[in-house]
Amino acid sequence: MYDFVPGKVDWAARGLPVEGANAGKPNAGNLAQRDVATCSVDETVGAVQQRAADKGGVCVVVNEQRIVFGVLRDEQLGGSGDAVVADVMRRGPSTFRPHVAAKEMAEYMTKHNLSSAPITTADGKLVGVLFRDVVMKATENDS
Amino acid sequence: MPTNIYSPSDVQTLLDNGAQLVEVLPREEYEEMHLPGAIGIPLRHLDLEAPGKLDRSKAVVVYCWDSV
Repeated sequence: MYDFVPGKVDWAARGLPVEGANAGKPNAGNLAQRDVATCSVDETVGAVQQRAADKGGVCVVVNEQRIVFGVLRDEQLGGSGDAVVADVMRRGPSTFRPHVAAKEMAEYMTKHNLSSAPITTADGKLVGVLFRDVVMKATENDS
Repeated sequence: MPTNIYSPSDVQTLLDNGAQLVEVLPREEYEEMHLPGAIGIPLRHLDLEAPGKLDRSKAVVVYCWDSV
């Protein structure tokens, strides 16, 4: 017997096909932007600003294993370019698993006024960033 | 003790060689989403249902939500 340890969340997070009632429905994973700006804690805001601007205006702070430590959004990216990421980042942002339904994400992001949210695997590795305008558009016809 | 595997390609290799794929989560969660071709046998029913649903001569790959 074999145990596929990462499980179906990891499988779906990689964009691999799945079956079932929710298989064709939009969720955090299939709506997330995969090509996102990332940076490390020891970089400066100035070094990250253009990178973030090119990829949706947000930068996810990760380590070498792409484990999420924080996020830089408008407020942090608009600050002093000499500031070190570790000192200004929003630590421990709310993260979501790829299988979370788009409707649930839309409701949460609206309620908490989140413009974006990191999508991660269960062990915290970055999958992508879900932008609120994308998930709102995907759910606009849902009742 | 089962052998742990960590990559989807390892899963696919086993399936290509005739292994059976089993999700051990509750029925509702299986119905919502499962790996292609997986059979759903909730963990607490495994002893009861496995003999009737699985081929003892073939390898079995089990999985659940994630590694946590």
